[in-house]
Amino acid sequence: MATVEIRNVRKAFGPVQVLHGVNVDIADGEFVVLVGPSGCGKSTLLRMLAGLENITSGDIAIGPRVVNNVPPKDRDIAMVFQNYALYPHMTVFDNMAFSMKLAKAPKEVMEQEVGRAAKILGLEALLQRYPRQLSGGQRQRVAMGRAIVRNPQVFLFDEPLSNLDAKLRVQMRAEIKELHQRLRVTTVYVTHDQIEAMTMADKIVVMNGGHVEQVGPPLELYDRPANLFVAGFIGSPAMNLVKGGLAEGGFQAEGGAVLPLPQSLRGEAGVYGIRPEHIQLREDGIPATVVLVEPTGSETQVVARIGETPLTCAFRERVTARPGETIRIMPEMELVHLFEAGSGRRLAA
Amino acid sequence: MSATTAPAWTKPQQQANWLVRLFDWKPFLAFACLLPAAGLLLVFLTYPLGLGIWLAFTDTTIGRSGYWVGLENFQYLLEDPLWWNAVFYSVFYTGIATIGKFALGLWLALLLNNHLPFKSLLRAIILLPWIVPTVLSAIAFWWIYDPQFSIISFLLVDKLGILDNYIDFLGSAWPARFSLIAANIWRGIPFVAISLLAGLQTISPSLYEAALLDGSTGWQRFRYITFPMLMPILAIVMTFSIIFTFTDFQLVYAITRGGPVNSTHLLATLAFQRGIPGGQLGEGAAIAVSMIPFLVFATLFSYYGLARRKWQQGEGND
Repeated sequence: MATVEIRNVRKAFGPVQVLHGVNVDIADGEFVVLVGPSGCGKSTLLRMLAGLENITSGDIAIGPRVVNNVPPKDRDIAMVFQNYALYPHMTVFDNMAFSMKLAKAPKEVMEQEVGRAAKILGLEALLQRYPRQLSGGQRQRVAMGRAIVRNPQVFLFDEPLSNLDAKLRVQMRAEIKELHQRLRVTTVYVTHDQIEAMTMADKIVVMNGGHVEQVGPPLELYDRPANLFVAGFIGSPAMNLVKGGLAEGGFQAEGGAVLPLPQSLRGEAGVYGIRPEHIQLREDGIPATVVLVEPTGSETQVVARIGETPLTCAFRERVTARPGETIRIMPEMELVHLFEAGSGRRLAA
Repeated sequence: MSATTAPAWTKPQQQANWLVRLFDWKPFLAFACLLPAAGLLLVFLTYPLGLGIWLAFTDTTIGRSGYWVGLENFQYLLEDPLWWNAVFYSVFYTGIATIGKFALGLWLALLLNNHLPFKSLLRAIILLPWIVPTVLSAIAFWWIYDPQFSIISFLLVDKLGILDNYIDFLGSAWPARFSLIAANIWRGIPFVAISLLAGLQTISPSLYEAALLDGSTGWQRFRYITFPMLMPILAIVMTFSIIFTFTDFQLVYAITRGGPVNSTHLLATLAFQRGIPGGQLGEGAAIAVSMIPFLVFATLFSYYGLARRKWQQGEGND
């Protein structure tokens, strides 16, 4: 196990700069998720950590050692690829034992190590099969087994669940998290799915356009997004972001609605943020016209308009309102976020 | 919102004419679609093959239809040193040329699979020997191997001074045999290189990345990933290559005509020699037919020995 330090790392492919000075510190045994939309540079960063891409400038250190010029095999890392990258012509056993075979380990050691990893992942019965004969989830497990066998300092996962169906994804998500809790190996996990990030991470690194937008524990990102990008990216359904400005008695939205503000929040605010789940149905609320009702069972998502401003709300209660009808809603005052107009930065409460 | 209702209209049911109905009838459609291909195969493959096999059991000569003589032609061939000579050279020619083509072709394919400047131009150049008509390249080789005007001799003797005498490429048996093999390798490389390159490109780069992380050296990546993953396509390309090489005719006929002293006869050139200029159609056909067992063996060998592996199949293990 080891710490990982990423210091002012830049990456350019020819004239195209894809990472603009990224800094991340990862503690020993931590589960860090790099999350961001496609093309934000998260996979490139992971591949640089693995040694599959070289570093244009900056330093990456694993433990005390700067690994910029260390070849991948000597970095003491193991990676799980998006397409698993299982060797199709080898059995599960051979796939998992391949690194030891290359290192000319004795057969007993290979059997012992593979047996250990297979037991952790419940793969004992499948060791003589070929990847073709496995289901998606089993292949995923073999790919993890191949990583576990190597006893690495750091696990790297590159969108490992994106090829699985929704149900299996939830199951594997739990398995990976449980595995991490058991093995306590430093893990860097790349995904574009913010729910994966929220549920698995000790620490989330939100990336966008080659920059780090915010680093922090999942709930901190949820409660105190540093800027508009993080506010819109973390949380599902996404936060309502309403443009406008401060006015008498609250926040004057461009659409004409006046939204309530706590006294403590003041400043050059340009955007008003409220999460759908932080809007309540209240007798004394603001009248709003229902546009769309989407019941999901556990909650009901309603799009309602105050004046011309649409707000997405997620109610725990069952809402029987139909489009065109009026409901009374009220944002929870202490959970309102305000952002600066130009920079999109959060205004501290 | 309101919409005006259009007057009710339904598409009138049309009775299809007999031609349409005929082509909708599956058995007829299948027959009609198969006819052109089946016709071509019957006229240009089955008929000549059948005729060849029939002739091999007769004593037909040019100008006289022959009589059924059973296995007499084959019995005669077994005692014919020229036939044995051609069998030996056909096998030798195929063996050495195949090894050469695959060694060089695989090497080229691996090179071209890297990121090189002018990659597509290089690929196009590699294909050239294959595009040039065989007889044309054979004539070029004829000049290259000419005892007086050979460019190789010119370079080695006059320019570099490595040798004292011009090389007699085609004048004696063994040099002639190897010269033809070299020409065949030159012609065969593009087919092998391009096919194997296609095979190489189907191997996912992430496998190499995974192997890189697993600590493999370049040779180990070739040995444990490239080679086994290339095996299926290698087997097919090799089968084709062996068949084409074993049945080669043009190159040998254009360069040496089987000479000197019949030392470079392949079965195909010997069959032609006996059958057409020699007039012994039955015997020539018998020589041609005698190639079939070799080809069947080569095909079966690569089909069963090399082709589909268990890991390629999707079926369960138990």
